[in-house]
Amino acid sequence: MSGFSFATQLIYVLAASCFVLGLHLMNNPATARRGNQFSTAGMAIAVATTLALIAHAGLISATGWIVMLVGALIGGGIGLYSARTVQMTAMPQLVSMFNAVGGGAAALVAVHDYIHLAGAVHGVGEATTVTTLLDVIIGSVTFSGSIIAAGKLQGVITSAPVTFPGARLVNLLLAAAGLGAAGYVISTPGLPALWIVIVASLAFGISMVMPIGGADMPVVISLLNAFTGTAVAMAGFVIGNWALIIAGALVGASGGILTKLMADAMNRSIGNIIVGGFGTGDAAVAAVTAGGAGVQAIAADDAAIQLAYASKVIIVPGYGLAAAQAQHEVAELADLLESRGVDVSYAIHPVAGRMPGHMNVLLAEANVPYPQLKEMDEINPEFARTDVALVIGANDVTNPAARRPGTAISGMPILDVDQAKSIIVIKRSMGHGYAGIDNELYTNPKTSMYFADAKTALAGLTSAVKTLVG
Amino acid sequence: MTTALLTDLTIFVLSLWVGFEVISKVPATLHTPLMSAANSIHGIVLVGAMLIAATTNSWVGYLIAFVAAVFASANVVGGYVVTGRMLKMFRRRPTAPAVPAPAQDGQASSAARSGSTS
Repeated sequence: MSGFSFATQLIYVLAASCFVLGLHLMNNPATARRGNQFSTAGMAIAVATTLALIAHAGLISATGWIVMLVGALIGGGIGLYSARTVQMTAMPQLVSMFNAVGGGAAALVAVHDYIHLAGAVHGVGEATTVTTLLDVIIGSVTFSGSIIAAGKLQGVITSAPVTFPGARLVNLLLAAAGLGAAGYVISTPGLPALWIVIVASLAFGISMVMPIGGADMPVVISLLNAFTGTAVAMAGFVIGNWALIIAGALVGASGGILTKLMADAMNRSIGNIIVGGFGTGDAAVAAVTAGGAGVQAIAADDAAIQLAYASKVIIVPGYGLAAAQAQHEVAELADLLESRGVDVSYAIHPVAGRMPGHMNVLLAEANVPYPQLKEMDEINPEFARTDVALVIGANDVTNPAARRPGTAISGMPILDVDQAKSIIVIKRSMGHGYAGIDNELYTNPKTSMYFADAKTALAGLTSAVKTLVG
Repeated sequence: MTTALLTDLTIFVLSLWVGFEVISKVPATLHTPLMSAANSIHGIVLVGAMLIAATTNSWVGYLIAFVAAVFASANVVGGYVVTGRMLKMFRRRPTAPAVPAPAQDGQASSAARSGSTS
């Protein structure tokens, strides 16, 4: 190892340290921005070092420079534009697209390395082949799977599970074809079998995500994030670069942890979600008419008076709030109540929204101070001391049926909304959540239902509070 | 098994453990920015894309290098910018003057909000 390449490897380790430090600083909202700056600095260092390495080696052609710079400019432009313009409700789609391009780029690195080595005198070593294949397989599955996931989140592809008879057989056949071809590439190095691996992996990514319902998206995105990290780490093995290995492993660990947390929050195993066909997500607005047996409806004025004269209110936002883009309206109501001396906080279930932590970002965007956003374990003991729990577009995560065995959601951790002294639920209809069962909270004698779209309802409540007691 | 592969594997496994340790301390409030930050970090694959462009000499290689460079740089730039944008929103107290006092104050701060976000 020459002095120069020794130095570059050391600088790569420095860059990787910046990534670790950056992630470490994310453990607190107060330091998280500094963390992102550390991480950005690490990336800048890594890219600058690579440029120096390339220039120093002197092997790159003029075409190589042009290809690299033009590609980086175009990609950077696309990235900058989408990052600046994306709506916070559309974050899951964007993250999914970044997973797709990251996984795709990692797979391309391996494919190129293989083509390059296959043309060389020494041929391809076996260890290289295994990591190359892993990179190609994981990267391709991530690429196509993430695009499908983004399409489902955006509503371009139906968010309902897409299944057909024999779908699992197709999955098995694709997996067998991919792995079989991969085995062939190891025993008899050659390009045609590698193409089969790529095509089978891409098809497997599609058939893996299609049957998964919209409501399971937090798990799927996290899992694909873990895949991307692993693919990038494998690319690091292929080209012998520690920065890629360390960064990829960090992302793999992050995605893995989030996948586990999300699956636990739904009380489902990861395997169960991947097999799919359970959740239908957005199709939840079933045609059940309002005001069924034992349900009491409430008008804006009565709800406003309850809220205005409460001393403690907990707001429970769910996907309905995000879907109605009502985060600003809820923050306005909360501000108004606070100005009257009401203690307001938010109870955030881990799977509220379409990706881990999504609801927090939406509320932060509406200027809700983060100390008011409480996690499930923190807020649950407080419901008993709460005058009014205001549930907005949240369903299954508030259903007390989860506490007893024998229901579709048994064992799922829920918010103890039913412990509050009174409960107001803002919801468009008596429709089911994605678990497809009745919510016993709605028929609780303490509960009043306010049937309306979240945005309209919250604006109505705010003006009612102002006119009645302001 | 070569020494290089063994070294790479060691680094990979230890980094996984570091990742588990560091990330399990991130609060749920920050899980979306965390995932977005992880996203930008895997943009390091840009280094791989650059090295392809530096070593190749065929049109297939250039094509692969180009697509990989577009993908990876979109990943890096977009990831960091959107993470920064999100983290900027997390505030302990609203920036608008919203001292919890008279009733008009609520209106003032909400007016400031709709002005700044729409």
